[in-house]
Amino acid sequence: MKLTDISSDINEWFNGSGPLADIVISSRIRLARNLAGHKFLSRCSVAEKSDILKKLRDVLMSLDLGDKIFYVSVDKATVLNRHFLVERHLISRHHAFGKGPRGVVIAQREFFTAMINEEDHLRIQVLKGGLQLSQCAEQINHIDDMIEQKVDYAFSPRYGYLTACPTNLGTAIRVSVMLHLPALKMTGQIEKFLNATRDMGLAVRGLFGEGTEAAGDFYQISNQVTLGISESDIISQFENVIIPEIVEYENAARNQLLSKESDVLDDKISRAMALLRNAHLISSQEALFLLSHLRLGLNMHEHMGASTPAIDTLCRLIRQGGDADKRQGLSIATINRLFMLTLPAHLQLNYGKPLDPTHRDALRAKIIRSVLNG
Amino acid sequence: MQCQICNKNDATIHLTEITDGVRSEMHICEDCAAEQGITVKSQIPINELLSSLLAVQPTDDELFGPSEKEVTCPHCGFTLEQFRKEAVLGCPYDYEIFEKSLPPLIEKAHNGKTTHCGKVPSKTPKDARKKVELLNLRQQLEAAVQSEDYELAAKLRDKIKNCET
Repeated sequence: MKLTDISSDINEWFNGSGPLADIVISSRIRLARNLAGHKFLSRCSVAEKSDILKKLRDVLMSLDLGDKIFYVSVDKATVLNRHFLVERHLISRHHAFGKGPRGVVIAQREFFTAMINEEDHLRIQVLKGGLQLSQCAEQINHIDDMIEQKVDYAFSPRYGYLTACPTNLGTAIRVSVMLHLPALKMTGQIEKFLNATRDMGLAVRGLFGEGTEAAGDFYQISNQVTLGISESDIISQFENVIIPEIVEYENAARNQLLSKESDVLDDKISRAMALLRNAHLISSQEALFLLSHLRLGLNMHEHMGASTPAIDTLCRLIRQGGDADKRQGLSIATINRLFMLTLPAHLQLNYGKPLDPTHRDALRAKIIRSVLNG
Repeated sequence: MQCQICNKNDATIHLTEITDGVRSEMHICEDCAAEQGITVKSQIPINELLSSLLAVQPTDDELFGPSEKEVTCPHCGFTLEQFRKEAVLGCPYDYEIFEKSLPPLIEKAHNGKTTHCGKVPSKTPKDARKKVELLNLRQQLEAAVQSEDYELAAKLRDKIKNCET
């Protein structure tokens, strides 16, 4: 199994399916675990890290996940491959550019990955499209149980699962939901939303996690408190209160755009279309920004029956054979594909060799033009 | 611009006040401002600003407690000084070794919570399992009392009694 086997297509959770997928891109649950009887990684020698890596790798590769699994040695991977794994949400930046022996076990359909020797000995995550946190929880709990049969986790009755950083202590669970909120941004309400979210003790990050900006109007919301609140309480809070409320706000903003500010909406969509169909150099930031407006227009058409001059033009454009995707009538998936496949590492991996930024911008523009112009 | 009060000196202090949505502006000189009891520091020196900010930060002793500053973990050689630098611990035993210093930080990071509630590994011995369950129940009881849900509190109290026997 090579990374190029997966790089030419989007992963399952990003194909635009799942509950509330027009706004909720993905649901992710991550658990941090450490092995009893070993130091945390900051105090481990290279030999100890290698021991932990081997032990956990063997356990993980023997799991029955109902899918093929493969292993990537992150410390030995090329810089391009590491960037690719980050773009794909299979590993964190911290893992990609950390130190010492480390790796990642990946299910081929990419719903599951396990980072070994990141900040903790083991960080397992399950990812699904749309709002599916309960399903993620069920699956990751099962996988965690299977691993626990074969290793001893560091656990204390008082503090729960012991983690290298006390901020992850307890359940050591991180629940993250990625949202696409272009209408809140366009109507100038995004700051209000961000402040309210932070007031609730939640973390808001950009598309690629910690330290990244909200490119393309994608926002990742996650819990910060992991101690003294059970996994099921955190998940139900997200699934039944927090996320539905944000979705409602975004929908209200979309309705507001349609009823009161359709010129603003049409202007954004038309400009995005004009640039994406004609530009010869597009940076990845600009592509994310412009594609976000197309995604909004298409979703408003599909989910709200919205019809404005720009949305109608956009829909005609996609239907007239602009859809390069093999699947039929899946305009949203086409846009999602463009989002992912035009990211820098995807672009270069699929091209077959590293490219300098200008050549990347040219290739990105060419791919987008060919899809949108048919 | 002349001072609006004495009409003599140059106005060097410009006040804008918004009361009930009505904006009013006042331009006065330093002397008149002092007379009116208005004190203005035009520029706060940066070191003064920093030291005043640092003064409100907890000291090491407040943060870690005085007793464990010199302690070194026998399992991993870790000290609190290293934790301050790296923000990660050295080994699972550190949670016991620095049992006085870490709880305030943990409490701060977790919204005031100090005990685990949730999944317990299936291999955990029965008595430890019971301990977690009791801690959870006590926490729920506290929340029920706080929200004045006495019916739930009574049920939880009975559960705790059962669990303890």
